[in-house]
Amino acid sequence: MSTEQALSAAVLRSDRFRLEREADWIRLEDIVSKMEKGKNGRLSDEDVLALPTLYRTLLSSLSIARENSLDAGLIDYLEGLSLRSYFLVYGTQSSFGRWFAGFFGGGWSRAVRAIQLDIWIALSVMIAGAVIGYILVAGDSDWFYALVPGGFSEVRVPGATEEALRGTLFGTEDSDGLGVFAAFLFSNNAQVAILAFALGFAFAIPSILLLIHNMALLGAMLWVFAQRGLTVDFIGWLSIHGTTELFAILLAGAAGIHVGRSMAFPGARSHLKAASDAGKRAALVMAGVIIMLVCAGLLEGFARQLIDNSAGRFGVGGGMLLLWLVYFIGFGRERRRPGA
Amino acid sequence: MSSSRAVNPWIRRSADPTLDRIMVTPEGVPLNVTIASAGARAGALLLDLVFIQIISTVIALLCLTLAFFFVAGGADFLDMDGPLGFVGIFYFIANFLLLNGYFIYFELGDRSATWGKRLVGIRVASRDGSRLTAEAIIARNIVRSVELFLPLTFLGSAGAGGMSVDLTTWAGFLWVLMFLLFPLFNKDRLRGGDVIAGTWVIQNVKKNLGDIVAPSAARISADGSPVAARYHFSDAELSVYGEYELQTLENVLRSDQEEALEKVATSICQKIGWEPGSGDERAFLEAYYTALRARLERSMKFGKRRKDKFAPHE
Repeated sequence: MSTEQALSAAVLRSDRFRLEREADWIRLEDIVSKMEKGKNGRLSDEDVLALPTLYRTLLSSLSIARENSLDAGLIDYLEGLSLRSYFLVYGTQSSFGRWFAGFFGGGWSRAVRAIQLDIWIALSVMIAGAVIGYILVAGDSDWFYALVPGGFSEVRVPGATEEALRGTLFGTEDSDGLGVFAAFLFSNNAQVAILAFALGFAFAIPSILLLIHNMALLGAMLWVFAQRGLTVDFIGWLSIHGTTELFAILLAGAAGIHVGRSMAFPGARSHLKAASDAGKRAALVMAGVIIMLVCAGLLEGFARQLIDNSAGRFGVGGGMLLLWLVYFIGFGRERRRPGA
Repeated sequence: MSSSRAVNPWIRRSADPTLDRIMVTPEGVPLNVTIASAGARAGALLLDLVFIQIISTVIALLCLTLAFFFVAGGADFLDMDGPLGFVGIFYFIANFLLLNGYFIYFELGDRSATWGKRLVGIRVASRDGSRLTAEAIIARNIVRSVELFLPLTFLGSAGAGGMSVDLTTWAGFLWVLMFLLFPLFNKDRLRGGDVIAGTWVIQNVKKNLGDIVAPSAARISADGSPVAARYHFSDAELSVYGEYELQTLENVLRSDQEEALEKVATSICQKIGWEPGSGDERAFLEAYYTALRARLERSMKFGKRRKDKFAPHE
């Protein structure tokens, strides 16, 4: 029976409605099935162009059918197909390359500027942590062993000689396996940064504790070196990669605090809405943090061992810091575009 | 936004109605979605962990094979700047990418689902019906490290170290439970990552377009008159049923099983006071279905709907 014959024979109006439109539905279903299987290459240009139109036609068919038809099977089918094509029409859709370009072209720096307040909070927490570590160990050097996990270093302990400490800062004889070391440092630091962010979910308190603990360790270490007059050299040793790495950890902690703060104080929005707004912003920052940590790992693994004097280390570290600051403060400022 | 009000209140859609939700598309059309159950989520996660384990084993074997060939080729085993160092770097980076990238990579695809989720038949979607963004995917998966990998590492180290069961262990265990069981404590089955990313996980639907329910009603029988014309139902005979019964009848006609057809035909005949005939059940049921649907759809146009046979007439 041809469509016309079927149409004229159909007793029910709602069946006629279906017969008039089902060819479009079946075409859409075919396109959707191919796209879901990842066979976009097999689609003709017309099909790709037709997708949004067919989708909107389908939605209106669904609305009409809901009001006029009692064919439950048909409505079920239209519901299912609508949902499937909705996901394709409003899919993630940005290719990785395009997303990456938008990310570097300003998305990242804008996200960082958007969480400015949290960055200041994280920064003050980190400074406080370092100061606490320093003061604690200065008051009673036993604190050092409480703050620094055992096995972290056998040489860098309170009471170590200046030569021994200097040996940990300068020394090129064991430059073997720098690449492996860098890769290991990166994956280790990245996990810590991810942790600092993800813990923000528990109202930011664990993030803050993690920042304080890590920085107290640094403060304790600084005291050990300061006792032997190696403060400047230690900071130089640290800064070559530290400006990048600590900046990354600062951003990760700030991202965590941002999420936690939005959940605790959502303002006029609902808690869930506030959390998801903050989460998406913070996720952009975090993607950047991972990239910064790759840089830090490379600097730590290679540059620190290869540049063996404090002046050079300060130069590289300061240069990196300047680079990040210029990018975050200056890049991707919204220009008033017509219609934007 | 979501609400628990169903679009068509009288259509039963899923096994567990507490998981049914509405998602409004940007065009303003509400669509029915069903939240993935906690069991489906757990199943998908276990499958994904198995896949990750398999891939990680393949990476380790690859690295070992490479290292073996380099050593056999005369490379110094302790020279970390040589080819062995390269293998080491590759191993660390590959493992990091696998643990953190597996979920993100697959959920960014057209089907927004990892292999495990695809097998179970669920996918990630944006809660408010807007486009699912890359940021949301990254956010929901970064949190996974706290929910899953941190507890796993913790349990692993507690087990390997033979740590005595003290307060720290119990605190850690509570932490694990808090995040793992989080989806069970909210009605949308959101885990921590879903809360932060504004996403939820829903069931895939795949329904085929069935045939017209009662095609024979219009068919011309041997004597030249439409089959449906053989049966005439009065208003009173059609007013005994509502939409619920119509739907049941539709299911019976679609499944097309001999005994069910006979049983339903008999009970309808009893209800409307007809003498049940035999041998022609399908034609009778299709005729009755068509007449009943025509009547109900007509009153639907005037905004009057009748839920089932117990509903009063307006």
